[in-house]
Amino acid sequence: MPFKRYVEIGRVALVNYGKDYGKLVVIVDVVDQNRALVDAPDMVRSQMNFKRLTLTDIKIDINRVPKKKTLIDAMEKADVKNKWESSSWGRKLIVQKRRASLNDFDRFKLMLAKIKRAGIVRQELAKLKKETAA
Amino acid sequence: MAAKRKTPVRTRNPDLIRGVGKYSRSKMYHKRGLWAIKAKNGGVFPRHDPKPKPPAAAEKAPKFYPADDVKKPLLNKRKPKPTKLRASITPGTVLILLAGRFMGKRVVFLKQLASGLLLVTGPFKINGVPLRRVNQSYVIATSTKVDISGVNIEKFDDKYFAKAVEKKKKKGEGEFFEAEKEDKKKLPEDKKEDQKAVDASLIKSIEGVPDLKAYLAARFSLKSGMKPHELVF
Repeated sequence: MPFKRYVEIGRVALVNYGKDYGKLVVIVDVVDQNRALVDAPDMVRSQMNFKRLTLTDIKIDINRVPKKKTLIDAMEKADVKNKWESSSWGRKLIVQKRRASLNDFDRFKLMLAKIKRAGIVRQELAKLKKETAA
Repeated sequence: MAAKRKTPVRTRNPDLIRGVGKYSRSKMYHKRGLWAIKAKNGGVFPRHDPKPKPPAAAEKAPKFYPADDVKKPLLNKRKPKPTKLRASITPGTVLILLAGRFMGKRVVFLKQLASGLLLVTGPFKINGVPLRRVNQSYVIATSTKVDISGVNIEKFDDKYFAKAVEKKKKKGEGEFFEAEKEDKKKLPEDKKEDQKAVDASLIKSIEGVPDLKAYLAARFSLKSGMKPHELVF
């Protein structure tokens, strides 16, 4: 099984440890075998160990160490935000965040909705069973 | 005594660092104008003789001296402050009771009483919790709020909840072992009326929000997989 996501300049990665946990960053330069220089529109450019990054499928077109403005423009052009939020990985993270932020009342309403849905599904199933039995 | 100043005196000697002023004693003498006060008074500082006090009453020698010297306990002038209310608890907040007969019930917070306890109601028709006092420590505050503007809770205070005083019956020997023939204490009618009055407008605002009535009727419990330190209430 060959590798599909490479560490390269312009690779978008997700930070999985540390102060910037959960942020999408762009690899802007490689420092050495273990570290990369990463940058994002809302953070100061800094070095990060590769172990703190999880590579994504998204890659943007930039030169080595671009200016902040160039980086932001390139991210807009490649539409990183929308690509991420429509990918299944990105959608899962959004759902996880939403579930974690639910209120006690929201959890109660969710329970009622689940029961209602299960009831409807069960009714349909009963109907289908009757039809096949007949 | 001279009249009080309207604005408090700003010190004329600013601190260089703590404990060291900018001006020396002689400079301050000049800045405060003590030379002018002296000049007005003919070279000496004005002196006010103490007012004549009425002579103190002659003290009699005490009749009794205790054998040993008894130490007097130190004076304690501390006044306890009312319990600080958590910022998340405001009138109308839905609270989850954590202990007692109504453990797990979700109730509506009305106000904090003078003793620091929280006045809370079910409402009674919805979940069976009457007007009740509850300690802040045994409560989880949720972020759900109910509109409480139509409720008059002025008359409720700690005295309202005090136990009714009973007349003590004199027991003869024969009655000592007999069980007291008392029926269960009935709740006085006016307390029931108070409950209904408070709950009337509350229930109307609760029914305005979908599912809120069922929410208040249900009890809270921790299910499998729920981590209290990660839950948002």
